[in-house]
Amino acid sequence: MSRNIMVIDTRRCVGCQDCVVACQTENDVPSGFCRDWITETARGEYPTVQLEIRSERCNHCANPPCVHCCPTGASHVHERGGVVLVTHEKCIGCKACLAACPYDARFIHPKGYADKCTFCIHRVERGQDPACVSVCPTHCMHFGDADDPLSGVSRLLATRPHHTLLPEAGTKPRIYYLT
Amino acid sequence: MNALSRRRFLRISATSVIAAGAGARALGAFRDGPGNHPGGIRRTPTFCDLCFWKCGAIASVRDGRLWKIEGNPLDPLCQGRLCPRGTGGIGAHSDPDRLRAPLLRTHERGEEKWKEVTWEEALEFIAAKMKGIAASHGPEAMALFSHGIGGTFLKHTLKAYGTPNIAAPSFAQCRGPRDVGFRLTFGEDVGSPERTDIANAECLVLIGSHLGENMHNTQVQEFATAVGRGARLIVVDPRLSVAASKAHHYLPIKPGTDLALILAWMQVIVTEKRYDIDYVSQHGFGFEAFAASLVDYTPEWAYAETGIDPETIRATAREMARYRPATLVHPGRHVNWNGDDAQRSRAIALLNALLGSWGRKGGFYQPVTMDVPAYPYPPFPVPKKAKVDNPGHKYPFAHETLTTGIREATISGAPYPIKGWMVYATNLLQALPNEAETLRAIQALDLLVVVDVVPSEMAAWADVVLPESTYLERHDDLNPEYFREPFLALRQPVVDAPHDQKPNWWIARQLAEKLGLGAFYPWKHIEEYLEHRVSAAGLDYAALKRDGILRGPAQPIYWADGVPAEFDTPSRKIEFYSTQLEKAGFDPVPRYTPPVSGPPGSFRLLFGRAPMHSFSRTHTNRLLAGLMDENVVWINEAVAARQGLKSGDIIRLRNQDGALSNRIAVKATERIRPDCVYLVHGFGHTARGLRHAFGKGASDARLITRYRTDPLMGGTAMNVNFVTLESAEAV
Repeated sequence: MSRNIMVIDTRRCVGCQDCVVACQTENDVPSGFCRDWITETARGEYPTVQLEIRSERCNHCANPPCVHCCPTGASHVHERGGVVLVTHEKCIGCKACLAACPYDARFIHPKGYADKCTFCIHRVERGQDPACVSVCPTHCMHFGDADDPLSGVSRLLATRPHHTLLPEAGTKPRIYYLT
Repeated sequence: MNALSRRRFLRISATSVIAAGAGARALGAFRDGPGNHPGGIRRTPTFCDLCFWKCGAIASVRDGRLWKIEGNPLDPLCQGRLCPRGTGGIGAHSDPDRLRAPLLRTHERGEEKWKEVTWEEALEFIAAKMKGIAASHGPEAMALFSHGIGGTFLKHTLKAYGTPNIAAPSFAQCRGPRDVGFRLTFGEDVGSPERTDIANAECLVLIGSHLGENMHNTQVQEFATAVGRGARLIVVDPRLSVAASKAHHYLPIKPGTDLALILAWMQVIVTEKRYDIDYVSQHGFGFEAFAASLVDYTPEWAYAETGIDPETIRATAREMARYRPATLVHPGRHVNWNGDDAQRSRAIALLNALLGSWGRKGGFYQPVTMDVPAYPYPPFPVPKKAKVDNPGHKYPFAHETLTTGIREATISGAPYPIKGWMVYATNLLQALPNEAETLRAIQALDLLVVVDVVPSEMAAWADVVLPESTYLERHDDLNPEYFREPFLALRQPVVDAPHDQKPNWWIARQLAEKLGLGAFYPWKHIEEYLEHRVSAAGLDYAALKRDGILRGPAQPIYWADGVPAEFDTPSRKIEFYSTQLEKAGFDPVPRYTPPVSGPPGSFRLLFGRAPMHSFSRTHTNRLLAGLMDENVVWINEAVAARQGLKSGDIIRLRNQDGALSNRIAVKATERIRPDCVYLVHGFGHTARGLRHAFGKGASDARLITRYRTDPLMGGTAMNVNFVTLESAEAV
């Protein structure tokens, strides 16, 4: 078994959005939409402010509400690596998954189907990193197999403090943010 | 000052190039390759032009359509990873607002009414005007403003025509004060790419430098590396920048008082004898007088100026000394702030000298380059008149041409008239301070030609607009960069220009022909020129075309590895005390003068960069505009609350002279001091041809009616304007 996850180092990230535009070109994301995006959270009062910059996308949850609610089986978990995908031909564009996703990670593609991050599975299956990871000038993003204790991502999670987004939603997200 | 050339930059024999590895052969595809067929992908190496950093890129064409651009792994600058602008470069090619055909003005200047003409007509028109100017006033009456490597050939044509008046805003409006401050101290510029060894710094000090938002690829990559391995980070900025958010010490300084802080840091380091005594005694000149000048610049004194707590000043000074010589006090890039900028930059140079970082790992390395001979052109005519920009050497340390000096001469006609401007790839109306002066100068012209990719504000005032092909559609000059290691980069076309756009080399060559200067272009096509130069360097042009980059063997870049510790200064030492400055009537050691303050109730206007945009050039690139469509005005949260404003509210800014901005959204934030506001530069377009960007956000340039000129070198300080917040309906 393998379990693909992404580990993103918020210490290194500068929020430049290279990941966003790389995804758009790699995946021909239609104009006006994005599969990943940057979020900034600032806490505190000037000048003592904690700023966290995060590159966000579909969390490829281990307990994915979008898959559970899909009436046609279009949203599914890929057999290898546990990536959450949408089979365009099966999708009827009912938006149940858009409502179910606590991360607002999905949108309806102008062609009528629900669209979102695929972890660039077409690249991963060729042994490449997802486009966002491979392009990042700060090397803040890491992709790999959480089931392999020797993988880069496993070692990062073992040695650095980290968090996930909305863990209380019970979705078991697979994107981890190093702090 | 010209003696302070790049003579001591190490050059290597280019014949000893490293054979490209397997990674290079993997590129192996050419322009007529498989990308033009369904399902086929053609990959072409070139280098980027979204900013001036010139990162190596590989563009992929799929099914005959430009698909994506990635970093070239062979490129030492980008290491295979572009910034968002480079990744979004395909948006430059497909930009619907691009200039498509040559335009000839049909109405008054600035009305943006033209007719489309052929290249023949446009170039004939320009050549006839230029001949007339040369006949009436001499060729010196033409000036060229040019930014970036694309201007190489227009510069060549204008030099052949006989003018010495060629300038770029990158000096007087950007890095000039820094380069002057470092030359006066070490005898050399910081260069571009900066010779800052951020990757190996153990302590990095940024003063207003907002790396990460200011997206110069190599520097940001090295910054992330430094942060990732836990280098100590000290950031000084009135705004809690992205870099500041990662700092161990964030110093929220009162704008304009940076020199006070730097002097106090040096006072602590000298008084506590924490400086590199051996380095200073071996390489320094005039240290005693310098040290004596610091006595009164105590942290307690600096506190009153800067608002930075004296103990924080001491703690950060000690931290810098603790990690020396791998402490890098970054010299910044856009440093035209207050009018004392060359002296402040010199103080930064001196602080680095105390820490012994110049020439040392983790400080400033010695750049190396490939020795690629220039093309053997015939000699240019010698202009009969000296450059117009700096009469009587009023600014004695200006070692490059002053854009604003040319502008002044154009308005006044002294020391001699300037009657024609050619403007290449620089939007002077957003780059130079005081738009009204630029417009006055334009009204004095007999000819204004703008060569650009998009119809900028500057193009709006042109008599002739020439549409240039984008970097993805053209060759340009070679880039034998000065960097950590020697390499040579090639820009070559990936796709064809979509309309009647032409490459600048073609435009420059055709214009030369029409001016009767054809002898200055012994080559017909730029590839003859490129191949000649590459072959003369003993390199393989076919390999360069295939791989985009040729790398040379590593050379020493630190003193410890054999780079000689030499200084092109009068004393041949690091000048703690500058006799050059003394002789010219300036302070031989930096001395603090307080910044100008604004009217009561006003906020100092600060501006900076966003990572996905370059200057005012990228806002119609739909991919990049999709990341940031307009700027917002940063206002301290408490200040905004007092004024009844919240994020998203639309207001206007009015400056001390009554200039009013476009409508702009508020960003109420805890990330800025209460006494200033901040804009990302370059937005608020007024050129109607920039359809996608027109009217979005506000232009800082419009609010920069005042500037202070640096007495050493003529740089124009722009952080001397103050604004009030007004309702969106204000007129």
